[in-house]
Amino acid sequence: MPDLIEKTAPATGSTEPKPEKPRSLGSDAWHDLRKRPIFIISAALIVLLIAFAIAPSLFTSVDPRAGDLRLHYLSKPNYLHFFQADWFGYDGQGRSIYARMIYGARASVVVGICVTAGVTVLGGLAGMIAGYYGGWVDAVISRVTDMFFGIPLLLGALVVLNAFTTRTVWSVVFALVALGWTQMTRVMRGSVITVKQSDYVTAAKALGAGTTRIMFKHILPNAIAPVIVVATIALGGYIATEATLSFLGIGLQDPTISWGIDINSAQKVLRTAPFALFFPAGMLSVTVLAFIMLGDAVRDALDPKLR
Amino acid sequence: MGRFVARRLLQMIPVFLGTVTIIFFMTRMLPGDPAAAMWGDKAADPAQLAAFKHRMGLDVSIGQQYLNYMGDLFRGNFGETLAGRKVIDVIGEALPVTVRLALLAFVFELVVGVGIGLLAGLRRGKAFDKVTLVLTLLLISIPVPVLGFIFQNVFAIQLKWITPTVQDSMNLGQLMLPAIVLGSLSLAYVARLTRTSIAENVKSDYMRTAIAKGLPRRKVIGTHLLRNSMIPVVTFLGTDLGALMGGAIVTEGIFNVKGVGNALYHAINLNEGATVSGFVVVLVLVYLAASLIVDLLYAVLDPRIRYA
Repeated sequence: MPDLIEKTAPATGSTEPKPEKPRSLGSDAWHDLRKRPIFIISAALIVLLIAFAIAPSLFTSVDPRAGDLRLHYLSKPNYLHFFQADWFGYDGQGRSIYARMIYGARASVVVGICVTAGVTVLGGLAGMIAGYYGGWVDAVISRVTDMFFGIPLLLGALVVLNAFTTRTVWSVVFALVALGWTQMTRVMRGSVITVKQSDYVTAAKALGAGTTRIMFKHILPNAIAPVIVVATIALGGYIATEATLSFLGIGLQDPTISWGIDINSAQKVLRTAPFALFFPAGMLSVTVLAFIMLGDAVRDALDPKLR
Repeated sequence: MGRFVARRLLQMIPVFLGTVTIIFFMTRMLPGDPAAAMWGDKAADPAQLAAFKHRMGLDVSIGQQYLNYMGDLFRGNFGETLAGRKVIDVIGEALPVTVRLALLAFVFELVVGVGIGLLAGLRRGKAFDKVTLVLTLLLISIPVPVLGFIFQNVFAIQLKWITPTVQDSMNLGQLMLPAIVLGSLSLAYVARLTRTSIAENVKSDYMRTAIAKGLPRRKVIGTHLLRNSMIPVVTFLGTDLGALMGGAIVTEGIFNVKGVGNALYHAINLNEGATVSGFVVVLVLVYLAASLIVDLLYAVLDPRIRYA
């Protein structure tokens, strides 16, 4: 958090004395975001989580997969042993809960970011094509979207994942992208249809700009805002869905460390060792919360109507 | 109106067929042979296996299986589970339970969500509004399994108000807690949607007119403000009913409710293609019916929307 503030502080200092230049929607939103405490908190949390995901060994030297049942079976947490193996106690396999909390971030962050990127590209492209061309292209894409939209995400993901005998992070990403893209298609399509009627698009056409140029240079930058908002908020949802799938035993599997798996194994010892459930569950909730808060802040910044 | 409903019903046919097709191929193209799995770890006797597959209609090509399935479906035949039960019986057992659970959750999120959203929207920027925003944000970020365990632990194990799991799945009183867990995520969305919509409409011209002509406050809020603010909420609630029924897998598992989620979870684990697609057919029908009702409600809420 400190380095974030340091980075932003001189930037605001240097722009303020200058006369206000007209800003684009993007830089206006960025200008607005930097002043929001909710954005700074959630961004700091997310930076921390990404650091956990990239280099977990920086935060703990304990092997999260090494368990000692004889010494550590459900040992109680020792809250004064900061950053040590027994800080948050040990789970039912005698493994350090603190180490598993840190290492579990990778699966969640990778699933969240990759699924969001996947659905945004796939769904955004489909929505753009449907909205721009209209007519029968739109009819076909919209009906296919409707067909997938009728399948509940969790249910469809269970069916798809059941087909994999060994499931990795990538199978979960595949399943969620395959079923989740429809939401982005609908948002993008609606947004493109509105933007398409603008004068500057007509002007670009009149000047002889090609279809790809109009789509990516003129329409996309003006139609992307609602998609970014929905995508940021959905990111937290995808992380929760991954944990739920892993919790049900149809998501990630054991060598991969996932908070969902840990929540599942902790439920069996819930009465004797509530801390084994509390820490992975708390970590998961904080992660989801951070992404949803970020999405909220981005929406407020991009949609000046709500200010 | 009648023509609009007819046209919408016609449009639903390809969507329905498409969804059923997608789910059929998703469940049937899975690797692994569910029929051979009936023999457990032992290798199946080839003759018995062939006879079994023939009886289940699994010995023809996947295309032929698809045509047979769709043909049967239109005659109202959902097929059989691998153990020989009629799928329609399995559905008939689980569906009433989940309908009760989902409706309870639905009423809970509708009444409480709209209530909180209305109060927060009217008091925008005040303490109640801020508390609502924070609490709903927390509710959205706590994943359903965690929320389920928290509720189970607090209300059943610590306070002993209820039994930790549901003993009789048809008992409405026992379904209350699972319904609250199931509806709480949507409750947060409903509250936030209502709040935003109310806060936007409170400043509109028709509100000023209504107040200026001296209408009582109840009427201003009830007939003018709420009615005009409900469209985004109704849209959300429409898609949510189907999601509540299909998404109850976790909640039903935690509280041992013998509903659709429970049955589906077992069917998916056992690779029971016919059962899974049977349930999905029902869920898609619920979803389509709900979205038709939403479209009709638009016209009720906003008389400017007319379906000639």
